[in-house]
Amino acid sequence: MVALAEKFRGRTSRVSFVFDRPRILGSLFLAPAILYIFALVGVPFLLAVYYALSAYTIYNPSYHFVGLRNFIDVVQSDIFRSALLNTFIFTICSQILGLILGKFGALLLLRPFPGRKIVRALIVLPWCVPIALATVAWEWMFDSLYSVINWTLTAVGLVTPATAPQWLGDPHLAMLCVIIVNAWRFFPFAIVIFLAGITAVPQDVLDAATVDGAGFWRRNYQIILPIIAPIVVVGLIFGTVFTFTDLSIVYLLTNGGPANATQVLGNLGFQIGILSGDVAHGAAVSLFMFPVLLGLVVLMLRYIRSREI
Amino acid sequence: MPRRVDTAVKEGGFYTAVAFFVILSAFPFYWMLITAFKTNADLYDVSNTPFWFNEAPTLAHFRYLFEQTLFARWLLNSLIIGVCVVAITLATALPAAYALARLAGRAGEALGIGIFLTYLVPPTLLFLPLSRVITIIGLQNSMWSLVLVYPTFTIPFCSWLLMGFFRAVPREIEEAAIVDGCSLCGSFFKMVLPLSLPAILTVVIFTFTLTLQEFVYALTFISASAQKPVTLGVATDLVRGDIYYWGELMAGALIASAPVAIAYNLFLDRFITGITGGALK
Repeated sequence: MVALAEKFRGRTSRVSFVFDRPRILGSLFLAPAILYIFALVGVPFLLAVYYALSAYTIYNPSYHFVGLRNFIDVVQSDIFRSALLNTFIFTICSQILGLILGKFGALLLLRPFPGRKIVRALIVLPWCVPIALATVAWEWMFDSLYSVINWTLTAVGLVTPATAPQWLGDPHLAMLCVIIVNAWRFFPFAIVIFLAGITAVPQDVLDAATVDGAGFWRRNYQIILPIIAPIVVVGLIFGTVFTFTDLSIVYLLTNGGPANATQVLGNLGFQIGILSGDVAHGAAVSLFMFPVLLGLVVLMLRYIRSREI
Repeated sequence: MPRRVDTAVKEGGFYTAVAFFVILSAFPFYWMLITAFKTNADLYDVSNTPFWFNEAPTLAHFRYLFEQTLFARWLLNSLIIGVCVVAITLATALPAAYALARLAGRAGEALGIGIFLTYLVPPTLLFLPLSRVITIIGLQNSMWSLVLVYPTFTIPFCSWLLMGFFRAVPREIEEAAIVDGCSLCGSFFKMVLPLSLPAILTVVIFTFTLTLQEFVYALTFISASAQKPVTLGVATDLVRGDIYYWGELMAGALIASAPVAIAYNLFLDRFITGITGGALK
């Protein structure tokens, strides 16, 4: 292509002479995207680091350097420590629950049956619909007075209206609700990831294993799982990153309550940095997410690399 | 005979499991739907069976939504934001993806992965500095701040998606165009882009749905009701005082989520290919 471009350059004008050089054209084509991302992701990230090291608030916007003091303040606060723990519990539990549901859902959808397409369309709904809107529906289902879940439990005689659980009012139940809604949002994603993986496993490999006497579980865990592992890991990293840093479910369902029982890093950073205007401490809280993110990204890169070799 | 019973039990188990998954996924949306059409008297009476209409369905909540709230305005805001973000994304991601796929060579690979990884940078890490930047340039409380910020996650994702597509376009097509006297740049606009219309359509749909799904930046940057996109407006503005108007809330959520659900379902397989980036090749 380069040689061809060289050959025909003679009869083009001066301007297109520049545009016809692959290197220059490539840089020109790449520049807008890279500049955009540098200006609105790279620069803000550095700014976040600087805020975390300064005494910046929206009422007193000084860039006075305070070193690691904000981080020390943050670590010493009980709310932060419980938020950190909650974030891990929230992420790990909902991802495990989502993966288990996803694996079983994928097994069901692998088999052809009448209406499979409609079933798939319905099952992926939680992942398609804007999560803020779905969370509002869940909030209504967990309502303290008119909860449909409690109505059903009462109707089948498990609880009486007086002993009906206050889903979002009890610290442990609230955590459970937040985890369930998050797992509910992610399991369809896990299903499609598993499906994409399993359908790519060559049928002759499976047939050969069956002939050699491998049963259902053995085929599943010793043949299919290793083959689909890369795709599942990529999906899991996505799920973990977005769950670990999310605040929308917690913000809408419990707003961190009751009494910070469901507080997570994202929501805490929002409360301190935006609502209270203490940008410096808010940025410090948010930056505590960074090491985990970095670890996940490194993991992802290793997978992408190992795939290429 | 025992074998037939055995199959029947197995089949029954299978369909029960399918039903469990369908109910788990779809019940909240069924609940949205039925709540949106119920009268208030029906909704707030615990002696009624909640799963079906005990009184005639009503359109009162929808009427209220369009006449007494800013719902129509929020829909319009979302549409404007979506269209602008799609335009910015296409203008930057199309050439970038092409350059990454063809022109930049081996370094393009690393750069491509780098751009994709920025998709993983979460809003909660950037919302504080970005909200200061937006205040400084005077866009606080304006939906244009979202037009400015949303491309930070749509450009990486769409560049990655398009890069995969451009790689599959045979080079011979451009070479033939160049032999016929087209410039390198011209061959991109005249040959490659028209061939890529299906991919461009996918990118348009995804960018649009991603902007509709976003919540964190909208929540952080915008508190003026008239500037909110529909997702934020429904989730935060229909609660007055401490009182939740569930009928209106669910009606709003239903209208806002239906188009996204349909669009996503239609393009789901391409989304998965995009996200996994051929991890199985």
